[in-house]
Parts: sequence; C-alpha cells; structure tokens
Amino acid sequence: MARGETAGDPLNAFITLAEIPPRGPGRLSGITVAVKDNISTRGVETTCGSRILSGYVPPYDAHVVDLIRNEGALIPGKTNMDEFGMGSSTENSGFGPARNPRDPERVTGGSSGGSAAAVASGMARMALGSDTGGSIRCPAAFCGIVGLKPTYGRVSRYGLVAYANSLEQIGPMAANVSDCSLLMEVISRYDPRDSTMKDRPYLPRLNGDIKGMRIGIPAEFFGKGVDPAVTDRVRKAIGVLEGLGAVSVECAMPSMEYALAAYYVTCTSEASSNLARFDGVRYGPSPDIRKPWHEAFQEMRMQHFGPEVRRRILIGTFALSAGYYGKYYGKAQVARQHVREDYARLFRDVDLLAGPTMPTVAWKIGAKSDPLSMYLADILTVPANLAGVPAVSVPCGSVEGLPVGLQLTGRPFEDEQVMNAAFAYEQAVKA
Amino acid sequence: MVSEEEVLHIATLADIGIGTGELPPFTRDFNAILDYFAVLDRVPAGEGWKSGIANVLREDEVTPSLPREEVLALSEAEDGYIRAPRVM
Amino acid sequence: MTAIRGQAQPAAGLKASGTESDTVIIGLEVHCQLNTESKLFCGCSTDYRNDPPNTHVCPTCLGLPGSLPSMNRRAVEYALRVAKALNCQVAEEAEFARKNYFYPDLPKGFQITMYNLPLAEGGYLDIEGEEGEKRVRITRIHLEEDPGRLVHMGTPDRPRYTLVDYNRSGIPLIEIVTEPDLRSPKEARRLLNGLRTTLEYLGVFDGDREGSLRVDANISIPGSERVEVKNISSYKGVEKALTYEMTRQRNVIRRGQKVERETRHFVEARGVTTSARSKEQEHDYRYFTEPDLRPLQVRGWVEGIVLPELPAARRDRFMAQYGISPDHARTLCGELRLAEFFEEMAPCGNPPLAATWVADTLQGELNYREMEIGKVPPAHFRELLDLLQRRELTDKAAVEVLRQMLDQCVAGETVETPAQIMEKNTLGKTAGDAFTPVVREVIAECGDAVRDYRAGKGEALNFLVGQVMKRTRGRADPKELTRILKEELARGGT
Ligand SMILES: [Zn+2]
Repeated sequence: MARGETAGDPLNAFITLAEIPPRGPGRLSGITVAVKDNISTRGVETTCGSRILSGYVPPYDAHVVDLIRNEGALIPGKTNMDEFGMGSSTENSGFGPARNPRDPERVTGGSSGGSAAAVASGMARMALGSDTGGSIRCPAAFCGIVGLKPTYGRVSRYGLVAYANSLEQIGPMAANVSDCSLLMEVISRYDPRDSTMKDRPYLPRLNGDIKGMRIGIPAEFFGKGVDPAVTDRVRKAIGVLEGLGAVSVECAMPSMEYALAAYYVTCTSEASSNLARFDGVRYGPSPDIRKPWHEAFQEMRMQHFGPEVRRRILIGTFALSAGYYGKYYGKAQVARQHVREDYARLFRDVDLLAGPTMPTVAWKIGAKSDPLSMYLADILTVPANLAGVPAVSVPCGSVEGLPVGLQLTGRPFEDEQVMNAAFAYEQAVKA
Repeated sequence: MVSEEEVLHIATLADIGIGTGELPPFTRDFNAILDYFAVLDRVPAGEGWKSGIANVLREDEVTPSLPREEVLALSEAEDGYIRAPRVM
Repeated sequence: MTAIRGQAQPAAGLKASGTESDTVIIGLEVHCQLNTESKLFCGCSTDYRNDPPNTHVCPTCLGLPGSLPSMNRRAVEYALRVAKALNCQVAEEAEFARKNYFYPDLPKGFQITMYNLPLAEGGYLDIEGEEGEKRVRITRIHLEEDPGRLVHMGTPDRPRYTLVDYNRSGIPLIEIVTEPDLRSPKEARRLLNGLRTTLEYLGVFDGDREGSLRVDANISIPGSERVEVKNISSYKGVEKALTYEMTRQRNVIRRGQKVERETRHFVEARGVTTSARSKEQEHDYRYFTEPDLRPLQVRGWVEGIVLPELPAARRDRFMAQYGISPDHARTLCGELRLAEFFEEMAPCGNPPLAATWVADTLQGELNYREMEIGKVPPAHFRELLDLLQRRELTDKAAVEVLRQMLDQCVAGETVETPAQIMEKNTLGKTAGDAFTPVVREVIAECGDAVRDYRAGKGEALNFLVGQVMKRTRGRADPKELTRILKEELARGGT
C-alpha cells in the first residue's frame, strides 16, 4: 500500500516520486518544491490519495505548477494526503499514512501531511499544499514548519482537484517564513481561468516590524478541548509578539459555536457533487462495461473510494437533498455569513487574530477511530476558510517534543501582514 | 434519528455502493454527525453567504482543445469514442 | 431540464378553444444551441459537426479533475437579446447552479444550469393560434451547458454498452420555458417556429444545424395527469409527438384507465412516445449555487441592446412596402434567410411576382431537394424573375429553368444562368405557330381524344393541349396553343 516506503521515503511523504524538471531559471532556481497530489501535473500521475484515480496521468498542469516550473523549481514528486483532502491526519490516504518526522509513530496532520513531512524531513525545501479547513496549517503545526492558507481568491485553483471549491486555496509550506513567503509570491500570479480569483498578487513585506500592531485573542480559541499545554505555548508566543511592540486585545468570536458544523455541512455538500465525476469513464480505473450504468458506477465507487470519502459523500448528499437543504446547507450558509461578520467586526478593532492552530499536538497513528472526534480537531482552523481570510501557522515551540503551531489570521488580502507578523515572531525566537 | 433505510436511500441517491455489513456502522456515524450538526438550529436568522463579486466573464475566443490521442489515452476508447456502461 | 415548470392548468382568463372535452393543455421547454464561437465555460470551438468525436474537448468540458469553468460573455449577451426580444424581465441577479445527476454524457456528474435565479422571467411571444392571434406567455429563460452525445451499442433488447462523444459537452444552450398556454399540437409547432425565427433574426441561433434544437413538452387533457414528453428534436416532431400523445391519452381514458403522471420519450423514427419508466431512482437534483462561478448582474446591459427588426415587424413592413399578401409576407418572414432573399429580389420591379416565386415556387422546389436557400445564387434568380417579367419565359418554362438551376446547385456543378439554360433547352417562349407541326403530330396520334372533341366533349381539348405542352416542354403559351389546336381540328385532319 505505502508506495513510498520502498523508494527511500520512510515517512511515506510521497505518493509518486518523479522529478519534474524546471522550465527556466527564476526565483526558485535550485529549489525543490514538492507538490501535493491533488494538484494536476502534466505527465505525472495525480491521485488525490485515492485509488479511484490511480493511474490517472493528467494532460495538463495546474496554474501553480506552471508558475513554479517557470520560476525554476524542481518538483521531486507528488505528496501524500488524505483521500481528496478528507482528513486531518493523512491516515485516510489510499496509499498508506504519512509519518511525522518528529515521531514516525505519530500522524503528520492533514490533509497536506505528505507536503509537511517532505519539508520537515528535508526531502524538499518547499511544498505546495491545499487548505480546505486547515489542511495546510494543521500538518504545518504538527510537523513544525510554516504553512499559509492564503486569502480566498489569491491563488488560482485551476488544476486543484476540487474537494470544497468555496473554501479551499492552494498555499505554500516551508521550514521558515521567508521561504514560505517567496513561494507565495510566485504562486499568486493572476489566472483568468479561475473566476473566483482576484488580480491581487502577493508582494512580500518581511521587515519584522510589528510595533503598535493590535492583536486580538479570541477566547473561543482557548476554550474547551484545547490542550492546556498547547494554550500555554501559544500564550507565551503572544507574549513574544507583545515584546516586539504589539498590543494584545482579548475578544470574542461567538460564531465559533457553529462554525465547525457549518464547515462540515458545506464541504461535504460541495464534495458530494465534486466527486460525482469519478465514474471511470473518461479517466481512472474503468468500470465493468458489461454491467448497467448505475450498477457499474456504484460498484466502482464502493471499491475505489475509502470509507471516509463515502461517508462524506453520504452526508453531503443528505444535506442537499429535498427536505433537508434548508435545515443543513441553507443554514450553514447563514452561519458562514455570521462567521464572516464576526471577523469583519473584530478586524475593525484589531489587525490580526492569534491563537493555537490545533487544539492538540500530533496524535498517534490510529488513535482517533471515530470520524467525529477527527472532525473536532479542525475547530480552530475552519473559521478562516469559512470567511476566506488568510491564516498562517508558524512553529512556537513544542510540548513533549512535539511541535505546536501559532495561528495568525488577518484581513482579506492582507496575507503580507500575516506573514510579516509570523516573520517577526520567528526572528525573535531564533535570536 | 436517521434509519438504516434512509441511509440506504441516500446511498442510492448518491450512487455510492453500500454493503449490508457496512450499513449499521455508517448509520451510527451518520447519526452522531447529524447530532453534532443540530447546533445549526441555534444559528441566528440572516442572509446566506455571498461573495459580493459579479460578472466575471471571458471573451468568446476559441483556444486550442486537447490533442485527441491524449484524451483517448486516458480511457477505454473505441473508434474515437469513449466507452461507458450501457444506460438503456 | 428544469424543475420549475409551468402548472398544467389553463391560465386564468384564457379562453380554451374547442369544447371542454377536447381541450389539450401544452407547455414547452425549448433548448436551443447558441451560436457562439467557443463553448459556454471553456475555449473549445463549437464548430464540431464535421469533426470526429472527442476532438473539441479540453480539461473543462471533459470534466477532468481540477478543471474550472469560465463564463462566455457572448453567451450571456445572446441570452439577453432573446430575453429582450421575448419581452422578459431580466433578473437583477442571476446565478448558475449545479444540477446533480449521474449519466455518462455528463462529464462532471452535474450539469451547470440556472435554477432559483434564472436570467429572465415573465415574457411572451405572439403566434397565430387556432383562433387568431394568440399571446403565449414565457415563464423563464436561462442558460445551461449541453451534455455530450451518446451512441448506444447493441439492440434495444440486448444493449451492450455506450459510446460517448464529448464534442457537444459544454455547448451553450438557452432554455425557454413557456406557460401551459398552448391548446393544440399545431399551436405548439407554431410557437416553436416563432421562437426559431425570432432567435435566427437575433443572430444567436442556427436552426439548420443538426441537433441544435431540443424540446420537452408537458401535455395533459381533461381527466389526465400531466405527462412530460422528452427528446423531441425537430419542428415537425413536436406536432407529431403531441398529436400521438393526445390520442394515446384519449384512448387510455376511453378504456376507463388512468393517465398517469410520467415522463415519456418521443421515438422520432416510429412517431410514438414510449414510457421512460425504469428502475432509475426518483430524481432529486440537489441544486446548489455553482461555487466556481460568480453571479450575473446584467439587468443594466439590456438597455444597450439594440434589437434588429423582428419577424412581426418585418411582416408588416413587407406588406406595406412591397404590397404583397399577408400569406406571402408570413411565409417569407417565417425564415430569416427567405426574408433576406426576398428583399434582394424585391427591386426587380414587381415585388408581388417576386413574392410568389420565392414564397411558393422556390420554397417548394427547395423543400423537394432538401436544399437551403443560402445555396441559391441570387443573381441567377433575379435574372429568372426579369425574364418572367419581360414575358420571355412562360411560368412553366421558368419552373423548368429553375429546376435545372437547382439541380446544378445540388450537384455542385457550375450553375448556368437562366438565359443559358433557356438557350440550351430551347425553352424560350415561342410564337405558337412554330408548334403547328407538333399540334398536327398530336392530332394524328390521339385519335380517341380527337373523336371525343368532335363528339362535343370539351374537356378532350384540355387533354390535347396538355399533350402539346408536354412535347414542347412548356415553351408555348397555352392560350396560343388552344387557338392553333382549334384551328387544326377545324381543318378536319384525321
Ligand atoms: Zn473545452
């Protein structure tokens, strides 16, 4: 199952190891950038961590792949992930779980776990991940690296295999803020093929000056379910920011109560529709041609989709079905608007919000067996996706040897400010 | 509470095969998740989320299609057509 | 393919034609391909009809993982033109939604269409109804993408598998939904013709392209549930399918059975509708806003749209300007290219003559050859009208010249001018006396008719005139011939 382990990849960080050469010299010359396996690469298998796409070799490159290759990046391979991004640990991969470089018995976080493991272990200097509800920030936190979920509309999704279109963004992951910022600069070039994108390229501004910056500390980010040891690390990190001249402000984000439910209703609904195309007709493993359509289709989806994917398709189908749409999908969109308004209100007073990225450190592989407990781990990351605001996870020490991430969230299209605060923190603790 | 029959119905609607042995655990997880979703009943009334951006359009210009060999190489092809199970 | 449909009840205040017992209620959903250059959501060319399958596809219209749609501005503009011409109210905000269902012609497992927020609503089109001019209300207009094309392998009894061509996938379709205001299959056909003509006048649609039109019809008669007939793909088909369905429903009721609410397919080749009942699950399309596209706020664009002269206006102008009959005006304006062709001919000095020859003669000859008017060389036809006008050709000879001309067009040969054809076949109008030898020949050969004539049976003369006309291929003036015949018969030859 774990393809990578046999090929000098003990962490199973990669689903496919294949050197995709650069197309020209540029700002990423001499740099390896691993690419998550839900990002389309021409001529190189793109599976999304799913058996239903094994053998699928796309005839086209994602916009971001074009951009990094044109800037001179070498792609060492396609990284492991939870099937279609559905998971927070990279255990739900159709090709075996990825392992955390800090402790191979523990999860990498997910769903961009392979990208995080590749960077944290030095197999790649940078990586591209995608973040639907925390899928960049969670593994960045668990593996001790930097990961940015950009503002919605700042990076083209063209070539990103959709899980939940209205929530997700491709984003950069790297061992430090500068690298992460450089990769973000490269991938934020405008692409008219993504109608949800704005022509607002990221222009790095890493000067480490955060003097007078107002940082909100939402109480809900330190509430029930958050490991006190994690809280402690994050509070200390906020103290460092204050030491640099930032002003912290206690605040509240009441929509956190239902943000996670709104997130799961939205993402499963969109996913139930997005994943309908995997019928094996145009690409991927073929259905049994002798059977009638629905039978062949059901059989192949049952065989090739993992249980979590099928569970989410079921939930999403239910949430959109006649008689339940208003109660679930419709309501979730209202909740989403409340989350947005909460952010808008807070950002009138503060420049950034700070809190932990994840409520805990990385857990042992296999420790979370029921789906709901896995969902609950996303509670702190999903609000940024619901509102489309930028959020970064930057390492802020460890608990019992396992990394903890500080999450900084900013106003829409102020990814530069978010990154600069992360940079200020990183430089302060390094010194 | 959602019954096993309802889960089966949804599975049919979603065209996602479901084995009889799978039905009880799927139904159990399904109900646990729906219980959690009940928090949405407490969402204050309001307008649904909107992006606020409109009229994103492209000009009517032809761009190259994919080379046919590349399209057909992805699937089971026959005389340039792509094969699928019968629907009649 | 919409879930929101007109109610199958007569609209309040509408007078139903005929007696209550034979009132049929029909509403249509008409899908027309818009003739943009590129597809609705990708840059693939829409000009696929002469190309092999799967040659006009890209990641987007093939539904490859990671592909995204981007909306074609012209398709939106075209749909707005239609909305304006059909007197609809354009929505302040319209949006695309996903209609989720599984079928191999649908590469994404959903169709991008419009649902809650269609582009336009509430218009009308006037047609010639069973009882004079009639206003048919338009419920809504929206845009959607065409699915691919399926070829079923095997036989209906032993189906084997399906072949798919995605060239058609993503072609922009406009769906026009009418209220159930139609009261006969003929009215349905007229509405369809009216829509076709209007869309062609607007320059957004080419009705001659194969498969460019598809219709679903809702039909019910008193005592029956509403039945949806899908899969009608021609103008004639609509009338045929609905007539068949009306008769079928009446027979079911006559036998004391119930007409069930169902979907039926029209089988064009056999002219029947068949039940689409199958084990397929009931439909729950789970519509939701397409998250990869932004909404449309284009009401403000409508004002800037300058509509061309539409069929009704042109019909009135033709009557006023050219003094032609209402029937001719209607026929000519009922097809854009026919109307344009006539306008090219009208300066011949005798528009009513041109109208007769274009609307009646030429149309008939074109239909016979399944030929398009676009292939007729206008200069040649104008010359033909000139010859007629100058009485250098008889009507009959002119038809002969026209036929030869059209045959040459069809064969793809160099088309000779009417004068050349006339010359070559000696079809020019000749003084009757030149035919005296032929007249004598006929009198010699048709002894029976001659005897009948002499016995006082006047109609025998007509037969003899006909014989001479036939042998002279219509070159002679019939009146002139009759005179010569009478003279020759009076002379008392055999
Ligand atoms: Zn295309």
